[in-house]
Amino acid sequence: MTNPVQALNSARVRGWLYQALFLACALAVAWYLVSNTLTNLATRGVATGFGFLHREAGFEIGESLLSYSASDTYLKALVVGLLNTLAVSAAGVVLATVLGVLIGIGRLSSNWMVNRFATLYVETVRNVPLLLQLVVWYTILNRLPSPREALEVLPGIFLSNRGMKFPVLVEHAGHGWILLALVAGIAAAIAVVRFGRRRREATGKPFPTLPVAIAALLLPPALAFIVTGAPLAFDVPALAGFNFEGGGSVTPEFTALLIGLSVYTAGFIAEIVRSGILAVPHGQTEAGLALGLSPGKILRLVILPQALRVIVPPLTSQYLNLTKNSSLAVAIGYPDLVSVSNTSANQTGQVVEAVAMMMLVYLIISLAISGFMNWYNRRVALVTR
Amino acid sequence: MKSHLSALAIAATLSVSALALSGTAQAGATFDGVKQKGYVQCGVNLGLYGFSAPDDKGKWSGLDVDMCRAVAAAMFGDAEKVKYTPLSAQQRLPALQSGEIDLLARNTTRTLTRDTANGLNFAPTNYYDGQGFMVSAKLGLKSAKQLNGATVCVLPGTTTEQNVSDYFRANKMTFKPVVIEKNEELNKAFFAGRCDALTSDASQLAAIRAAEVQNPNDYVILPELISKEPLSPAVRQGDEEWMNLVTWAFYAMVQAEEKGLTSENVDAAMTSADPDVKRLLGVTAGNGKALGVEENWAYAIIKQVGNYAQSYERNVGTGSKLKMPRGQNALYTEGGLMYAPPMK
Repeated sequence: MTNPVQALNSARVRGWLYQALFLACALAVAWYLVSNTLTNLATRGVATGFGFLHREAGFEIGESLLSYSASDTYLKALVVGLLNTLAVSAAGVVLATVLGVLIGIGRLSSNWMVNRFATLYVETVRNVPLLLQLVVWYTILNRLPSPREALEVLPGIFLSNRGMKFPVLVEHAGHGWILLALVAGIAAAIAVVRFGRRRREATGKPFPTLPVAIAALLLPPALAFIVTGAPLAFDVPALAGFNFEGGGSVTPEFTALLIGLSVYTAGFIAEIVRSGILAVPHGQTEAGLALGLSPGKILRLVILPQALRVIVPPLTSQYLNLTKNSSLAVAIGYPDLVSVSNTSANQTGQVVEAVAMMMLVYLIISLAISGFMNWYNRRVALVTR
Repeated sequence: MKSHLSALAIAATLSVSALALSGTAQAGATFDGVKQKGYVQCGVNLGLYGFSAPDDKGKWSGLDVDMCRAVAAAMFGDAEKVKYTPLSAQQRLPALQSGEIDLLARNTTRTLTRDTANGLNFAPTNYYDGQGFMVSAKLGLKSAKQLNGATVCVLPGTTTEQNVSDYFRANKMTFKPVVIEKNEELNKAFFAGRCDALTSDASQLAAIRAAEVQNPNDYVILPELISKEPLSPAVRQGDEEWMNLVTWAFYAMVQAEEKGLTSENVDAAMTSADPDVKRLLGVTAGNGKALGVEENWAYAIIKQVGNYAQSYERNVGTGSKLKMPRGQNALYTEGGLMYAPPMK
């Protein structure tokens, strides 16, 4: 490193130099695009900036996890949209995983019917565009009878083209105690599991973990329920005016989006699960059998730990896909982030800001999911020695 | 999704078109640009019967399309010199702002924000509309005031969402909106019974009813109009010459109706002794020079597009499936709002 010319011969120095040059170019292009957009918008007299977020939104949103009304701000409207996106994505991820694992195992089944059905499922849902599937689900749900002729599937639960209405618990002072008791039960159950494992590792004797843990989990809330006087009053939906009043509800838009996203993504997850299980050599199963393990224990202790290593990384991208695909909600009227952003952009005319915010939010959600899944992946990765 | 991509694309165009446009954003740029390229790039609705919709041969027609044609006739003496850009509600403002189109004739409501913060200028209103509600006749409703608790299907990307919220708030009623981006899906949901009411501009409700329902009597449009929707053609700010031409091209159609000039009798009227008619048709020179076009500009409009009444009846009035009465869109002499200033 005596003189600059010699330094340039060093691969490390040149590597840094190229990276710095690349970064500078990227920043220059980004700066050019942003400043030009702002200049152009300014010369055309178009308002810019994020001040509109604190103005009154003035439009209603069909369903919301927060209490929201038209007199709230654009910011709150966007938060409502974001929560709706997160709600359908979270539910979709859980449902798609359960369905996908079942179908994936089904494709490996030796039962001809199960096997063929699983194959048919995967090939169908993977090869029909998601938007089309969403529209089909939504159309089916809209074909349900009107509220006045609603189907009462179970006592108090009504299905109509306005969605599913169901009874909800009327709030009672005792519910807090029951919830507290449930938390205590969960803690007790975890303690039981830990104790069982430690005893087995120390003495080699098996411990009936499952029944004891379930008892530890359920006993405290059950006791609290009886002590507080069994507070079970329900708010049952009833017909009033145009629709049902009271109770809780799930809209057809949410249901159609949830079913569509889960069914579609489950097709891909099934293939990932299948490939993960097939990636574990059959010799591993045989070795487990030779050790005298039961088939359930072989799956749990031998196959799955190795299969998960293959399954988790592609599973992450499916979760990301599902979340991003939830933006197709606009096609069937679910008020997600994109839908609310669109309305805000149209009312304020500030399209560039709204699109930029949407992009940023989806980026953050995706990075969060990736981060979590990478953490989980490191946990299940095989420790090679 | 399509519209987001387009919005993005337009945002990108705004960014990249800097070089192309920054030097030309001065008065007269659009006017000269249109003259030079030889046609008007006109932003229209994706397909709204009566206003702008292509037929099975791809030929566009409608009240808004006639506006595009009138401007082309005034500019080039040929109403066919138009290229159409079909735009969704979300795309329309960025498309005009970015210079993708020269003229926006796409049932766009004139509002203060659009006229100022969004950088647009509006020509005179070519259709006075108002937002209404359509409900199934089976509900037996007589007034929008009976809609408390109703579920309402709304098309986004317009002022309709805010109007319906304002109306229910003002009348201390509640409602649940169902907001679907595509017209067809929204209509399907409404006619399947997902919503109690469909809200949009009354002219659009009539268009939807004409297109989708076997028996128009099964659905009623409630009498209340909850908003003022002056649908007006728009141009970018900063080109007064172009704005003038669009403005007076429309006034020429109204003036022609007032003077009884039609595409059939305008040739005979060239020999008229009425000084107003002589000025309008360019027999007495002056108007064309002032606008920067040929003196027979208004003659070309009337001959090729027709007067306002002809355009109205052909597209949305008695000559169409919509059968909208003239109402507020009649001439001021017949109790309407259509009024052309003196053309001299």
